[in-house]
Amino acid sequence: MPIDKRVSSAAQALADVKDGATVLISGFGGAGFPNVLIHALRELGAKDLTLVVNSATHRFSLTHELLEAGLVRKVICSAARGHTKEPTAFEKLWMAGRIELTCLPQGTMTECIRAGGAGIAAFYTPVGFGTELTKGKEVRRFGERDYVLEQAITGDLALVRADTSDRYGNLTFRYAQANFGPAMATAARLAVAEVRACVDEPIPHERVQLPGIYVDRVVAVGG
Amino acid sequence: MAPLNRRQMAWRAAQDIRDGMVVNLGMGMPVHVADYVPPAVDLFIHSENGIVGVGPLASPERADPDLVDASSRRITLRPGASIVDSSWSFAMIRGGHIDVTILGAFEVAKNGDLANWDMRLPNKGPLVGGAMDLAACARAVWVIMEHNTRNGAPRLLETCTLPLTAVRCVRRVYTDVAVIEVTPDGFLVREMLDGLSEADLQARSGAPLAFAPDCRMLEAPALPDAE
Repeated sequence: MPIDKRVSSAAQALADVKDGATVLISGFGGAGFPNVLIHALRELGAKDLTLVVNSATHRFSLTHELLEAGLVRKVICSAARGHTKEPTAFEKLWMAGRIELTCLPQGTMTECIRAGGAGIAAFYTPVGFGTELTKGKEVRRFGERDYVLEQAITGDLALVRADTSDRYGNLTFRYAQANFGPAMATAARLAVAEVRACVDEPIPHERVQLPGIYVDRVVAVGG
Repeated sequence: MAPLNRRQMAWRAAQDIRDGMVVNLGMGMPVHVADYVPPAVDLFIHSENGIVGVGPLASPERADPDLVDASSRRITLRPGASIVDSSWSFAMIRGGHIDVTILGAFEVAKNGDLANWDMRLPNKGPLVGGAMDLAACARAVWVIMEHNTRNGAPRLLETCTLPLTAVRCVRRVYTDVAVIEVTPDGFLVREMLDGLSEADLQARSGAPLAFAPDCRMLEAPALPDAE
């Protein structure tokens, strides 16, 4: 059967997501948030989710919908602070001890995800050595520097926003839309991309920014 | 002369950027450094969300929500710019391909330890972002911060009291009253405000200061303060 990864709706793309899933969600600074998919995940109502996302609480992301609906058990992120004086949905849950938080340096987080998608179990990085964030982690000296052992992150589901896709799941991104998306797609068992448009012709190879072999489902959402 | 305001501190740091450098500017005061780099100096500004070659801020009609920097500001690209994903962007940082990162800070210790990410604010979640990656791995770390806190407490210290961002990383500090290098022997004052004595500056600092034999006057053009 000819390969065709296009599905007709976000709900269909996520229909088999289970309770307890680890969900990797791309997006940074307003670019590349897969908000149609996040909203569909909320509608689906899968519970006890672990989110791996750069910001637990970015004002342009709909992650807060999952948090407010009580679907999230744990967040792994580099930023858990809201932009407002009032505490965000995440901060309220966190202060009440109702959600688990792991804070990682942003580059460590994305490298953990990259490693997860690249068959690397763990790696040594100088980032975070001597700080609270790496307390209890294995330290090893190479040459003149101390490095911290960080373990790979993998997930059950990756939600990614891209610009265009073809039937093979090949993706292109606009400007800074890619951010965590490519690494996240490689590290999840099921990678779903929402795209502005699905094109009929295959995307020329030199324009493909993420090969379709990493992407399982695409849904065109416009925008 | 009056202490430098925030834009003047950014101006002073900008004067030390050299042709061809790859520079990453932290949130807050450091992003203003881009406004004051001498026009003849050609540089690439790196932003950790993957932009290599940040240009000026976008005008409202050209602003594009997909083209943002690490401070979520809508930007343009400079000629020769490129964009990579986050993993590659941080590999660039850890791999030593960023010549200078200019960061804000709460405290700097005499051995170069930096505290700039967690003020232990009650009721606020932690936010580390890319600060640890940049501080630990840029080839040089420059800090822009006021010499003292609002309550007058020193920010240059024997050891940091707030949670560390990275150990032994700060190379240079630009304050509102001095330019200080962090050397293997501790703080070395390179420039200080006219009218301030060595004893005055020492009294406002929490660790011993040495003064360069060619210590110069800290100067900056008049600039309106940042909001």
